[in-house]
Amino acid sequence: MNKWEDNKAWFLVLPVFVIVAFSAIIPLMTVVNYSIQDIFGPGERVFVGLEWFKEVLGDPRLHEALMRQFLFSGLVLLIEIPLGIGIALLMPKKGWGASLSLVLMALPLLIPWNVIGTIWIVFTRPDIGLLGSFINGMGIPFDHTASPTQAWITLMLMEVWHWTPLVVLLAYAGLRAIPEAYFQAAKIDGASAWAVFKYIQLPKMRGVLTIALLLRFMDSFLIYAEPFVLTGGGPGNTTTFLSIYLVKIAVGQFDLGPAAAFSLIYFLIILLLSWLFYQVLQNAGKGDA
Amino acid sequence: MGLSLKNMQKKVDGEIHLTDINLDFESGSRNVILGRTLSGKTSLLRLMAGLDRPTKGQLFLDGKDITGMSVRKRSIAMVYQQFINYPSFTVYDNIASPLKVSRMDKKEIDRRVQEAAHMLHLEDMLDRLPSELSGGQQQRTAIARAIVRDAELLLLDEPLVNLDYKLREELQIELQEIFKKRESIVVYTTTEPAEALMLGGNIVVLDEGRVLQTGLTPNVYHHPATTKVAEVFSDPPINYISCNLKDSQIQLGGGVAFPLSGHLKTLSDAHYKLGVRSNHFYLKRKNDEDIRLTVEVELAEINGSETFIHADFNGERIVIQEVGIYSRKIGSEIEVYVNPSRFFVYSDTGQLVISPS
Repeated sequence: MNKWEDNKAWFLVLPVFVIVAFSAIIPLMTVVNYSIQDIFGPGERVFVGLEWFKEVLGDPRLHEALMRQFLFSGLVLLIEIPLGIGIALLMPKKGWGASLSLVLMALPLLIPWNVIGTIWIVFTRPDIGLLGSFINGMGIPFDHTASPTQAWITLMLMEVWHWTPLVVLLAYAGLRAIPEAYFQAAKIDGASAWAVFKYIQLPKMRGVLTIALLLRFMDSFLIYAEPFVLTGGGPGNTTTFLSIYLVKIAVGQFDLGPAAAFSLIYFLIILLLSWLFYQVLQNAGKGDA
Repeated sequence: MGLSLKNMQKKVDGEIHLTDINLDFESGSRNVILGRTLSGKTSLLRLMAGLDRPTKGQLFLDGKDITGMSVRKRSIAMVYQQFINYPSFTVYDNIASPLKVSRMDKKEIDRRVQEAAHMLHLEDMLDRLPSELSGGQQQRTAIARAIVRDAELLLLDEPLVNLDYKLREELQIELQEIFKKRESIVVYTTTEPAEALMLGGNIVVLDEGRVLQTGLTPNVYHHPATTKVAEVFSDPPINYISCNLKDSQIQLGGGVAFPLSGHLKTLSDAHYKLGVRSNHFYLKRKNDEDIRLTVEVELAEINGSETFIHADFNGERIVIQEVGIYSRKIGSEIEVYVNPSRFFVYSDTGQLVISPS
């Protein structure tokens, strides 16, 4: 091996390394730095070891927020993945119908997240909102700022409306990528529509569905803007998810140490769960040709 | 007894894909459909399978009209260009899948699967998934799936086109053996004349949606009825040299002339097109009767152990195929030889007048 050539290779990696360093590694190290010190002001800091971690891990409100978060993400995945596959299967395969449904599906994804929250505030207002006043008009009292159940239902509706299209688009792309010959072969074999779905479409979609599941899990686990705008974490703390609670600690109470420790734990949870999902789906997907 | 296509036509969006298709396939026969890309081979197979309905015409099986019968009720097996297997099934389950749908006895299924797997040398791979197989093995699995159910109609749509050269040869030989044992009507499409010749049986030459010629494969090869058939059934495509016959002398361009001999003796005075297959041109004189042509080299390519020289003879383009590796300079004039006994003679309108005996 020529050593000079090896050194040159490092230069090629350098730009990427610098970008990753500034965008990920340095901010992360800053958070680590904050999480093990008590900072009073510039130049006034005390090393506290793992104290913030202990405090955060023992915080009952964090436990509640975590449980809420799991429930929310679990429901999101259970509803959006099957619904998304279902819609993708029903969508037209070609012609103007295909283009139209793709545009319609993409619309919610193009709206800024905080605007989504605002849209749904207006949409669900009990007095003037299209949905809110309609439900009230039917004689069912509806006010998501007062009822935790209704707040959850509203949030879930918004979330499903906003993000199912992403699953649809991914599943649709996966379906379109299956060669026509598979369906002909199944037809000749006399396979039923259910068999075609189970043995051809689903296995062939496994790749894109893995991505859909990971994206939807991560995004829903990190959800902030929409519930912040729509419910602000209330009524009470009933829709205070992890990121909303984190911002309350960091910005509301200015407890940077515990917030940093919390951030790291949050990060590790997502990393661990994503890895777990990925492993499970990879192992299940060994038959994917 | 067999499958008959009567006056079939297929139009898609006003565009004619196939027209005037009248064909008969006998039970137990091996049939090759030869045609270039987009000639309508796959459309024809799809019509025969019942995957598409013809715009006009009818399809008969053993004298019974099955034009409108659903695919599920027919007894068909099909192999595709792409390697089509159920991705989550093992090789065993893939081969067994058409039988399971028909609710066959488990022991009988097992016997048939083992037999098909044995024929295609898949015995050691029955537990694997398609993604764990090579391309050749995947296609073997697909072929085993197709032959396992003993369908009345076995359709193969360029099954070997996505395999490498070695595997293709290997499977070509094996397929011939497998087809011999079938009672089904086997229909096999290909773009390659060599593959068609190897498979033998009957041939249908298809071009631009029309049947050009049918018959026994070697017969059609030796007596292509029109210039179009000769082009499709030669690789590289057959070469044409215009000529004029006068006073028992055939006159080519550039002052080349030779007297009538052999099968050419019966010709009467007229303009003709002489067809010569590329492998009948030689760079060296082989016989005393050989005619010498002076041509200008336009391109020389070496493919495997053969040399292809594209050259210009009085404004007509010819391709010389010579076994061995030769280098000829582009733009240089070279001499090539051809024996008159090799000439296919076509009329100016492209009909075969006489072929080499």
